[in-house]
Amino acid sequence: MGDPVVELKGVSKRYGSVLALDNVSFAIAPGEVVAMLGPNGAGKTTSISVILGSRKPTSGTARLFGLDPRDLKARSRIGVMLQESGVPGMLRVREIVDLFASYYPSPLPVAESIRIAGLEEKAGALVKDLSGGQRQRLYLALAICGNPDVLFLDEPTVGMDVEGRRNFLSQIASYASRGRTVVLTTHYLEEADQLAQRVIVIDHGKLIADSTPAEIKARVAGKHVVFTSSRTLSEADLAGLPLTGHQLDDHRVKLLTNDPETVLRELFGRGIDMTNLEVAGADLEEAFLAMTHHAEKA
Amino acid sequence: MAAAVRPSTAALGPMLVKQTWAEFIKLFRVPAFSTTSIVLPSMFYAFIGLGQARQPLGPHIATTFGAYFLASMALYGVANVMVLGFGISLANERGQKQDLLMQSTPLPPVVYFVAKALSALAIAVIALLVLCVFAAVAGGVSLSASQWIALTTRSMLCSIPFIGLGFALGYLASPNSAPAVTNLIYLPTAFASGLFFPLSLLPKFLQNVAPYLPLYRGAQLVWDAVGVPVSSDPLSTDWLYMAGFTVAFFVLAVWAYRRDQGRKFN
Repeated sequence: MGDPVVELKGVSKRYGSVLALDNVSFAIAPGEVVAMLGPNGAGKTTSISVILGSRKPTSGTARLFGLDPRDLKARSRIGVMLQESGVPGMLRVREIVDLFASYYPSPLPVAESIRIAGLEEKAGALVKDLSGGQRQRLYLALAICGNPDVLFLDEPTVGMDVEGRRNFLSQIASYASRGRTVVLTTHYLEEADQLAQRVIVIDHGKLIADSTPAEIKARVAGKHVVFTSSRTLSEADLAGLPLTGHQLDDHRVKLLTNDPETVLRELFGRGIDMTNLEVAGADLEEAFLAMTHHAEKA
Repeated sequence: MAAAVRPSTAALGPMLVKQTWAEFIKLFRVPAFSTTSIVLPSMFYAFIGLGQARQPLGPHIATTFGAYFLASMALYGVANVMVLGFGISLANERGQKQDLLMQSTPLPPVVYFVAKALSALAIAVIALLVLCVFAAVAGGVSLSASQWIALTTRSMLCSIPFIGLGFALGYLASPNSAPAVTNLIYLPTAFASGLFFPLSLLPKFLQNVAPYLPLYRGAQLVWDAVGVPVSSDPLSTDWLYMAGFTVAFFVLAVWAYRRDQGRKFN
């Protein structure tokens, strides 16, 4: 696999009294496509900032290609798309891509970067006139224009509509298929599943899982089954059901399961009367809580 | 080493050229900045200077009021570009978190700052040329070739300390307060240095403070360039003051920059 392109060793980061990263270690090999998954405020952006050298770890070390992340030789080989970074509004799309390309030793042709990002029609537009989604694509163009070995994308699809997100992810996938390393952060499990071969889960500053998307999915996926029963249910009514959690609140019942069909079939079989039935995907925050809980027990 | 070795970083020369051009058009395309920087000195000249432009400055002085006030506005204009162009644009860019994006690229900060300074100098040259042409045509100012050269080069040299001041303000002021803070510092200093009205008309207190202001020292140099007899200090004293202000403002700028970076990095 070669030497790791990204390496964090025992990295902790403290902001005042908040421990944003707690002894995080991992390495990413060339060609890997890795998703860092976690709820908002979990420490994903802080991890990226430490890897990029824009934040100094309180303890531990970060390396990019074995170099200090602030080394221009390391920075010349990466492309970065950051959450909430600004961009000069008074330049045209083509001008700013051309400008950024000049920062790198062997950039892509400007037209190609613009094409990959899907901005051909807006190449002559002023940056300030772009829509939110177009601006995200401009950030992608700026991230890839240097023909980087490693692409960092911090929450790249925030604020995009479904269609935009799909196109965007397929553009990133095609870039990754050229053998490039891609590191992205997201709080969408689907996004991680679609793109990455490896998922690093971070919550409350701790690395709580590092494995394949399928495995993570099995652990965090789940549905809420919520209904109102005509009588108060007891633990005995739920015995033997494939549940990962439940909450009985007078007549209101809330169940968490990976197999809602079986649960409902069983409940109907047991003659439990339901009204206001809802089956919905468990939100990731709860799934993470469950995972963190598992991690602590393990 | 059969395979082509790719250079590990990009060449700085082309990067600086592109960055300077980008900084220039970024400034130039903001009408609020480009028109005020380029037009304002000529406008002040029209309001204050034109009426008596052809009259001599004093009984035994050959220089006209028009030439004297041209020098005043030349200095005012170029320093204005540095303080506003550098200060407010830097503060705005920080406010929009553009620095976040720039810092993730391999663009060396030095290239970025030199490019900003060069682009501001270019705008200052344009403002200066517009003013000179306006004063010559509308105010009938006629100077010898050596006077024109002395006036323009001295104005541009005197703008250099203000690059440092603008830079420092850009990192010390918040984006919202930057325009107010820079104007609050710059405009009163321009008045107190005698650029708009002769110092003798100002309160005694200001007359005492004036010699310690950079625009006052710059004013002696540009007035001398157009043949106005100036204060008792020799010109070398004024040059020394300007050099001192340059060092002081750049030290302040570097300090402000490091403070800002340290705050973000830690």
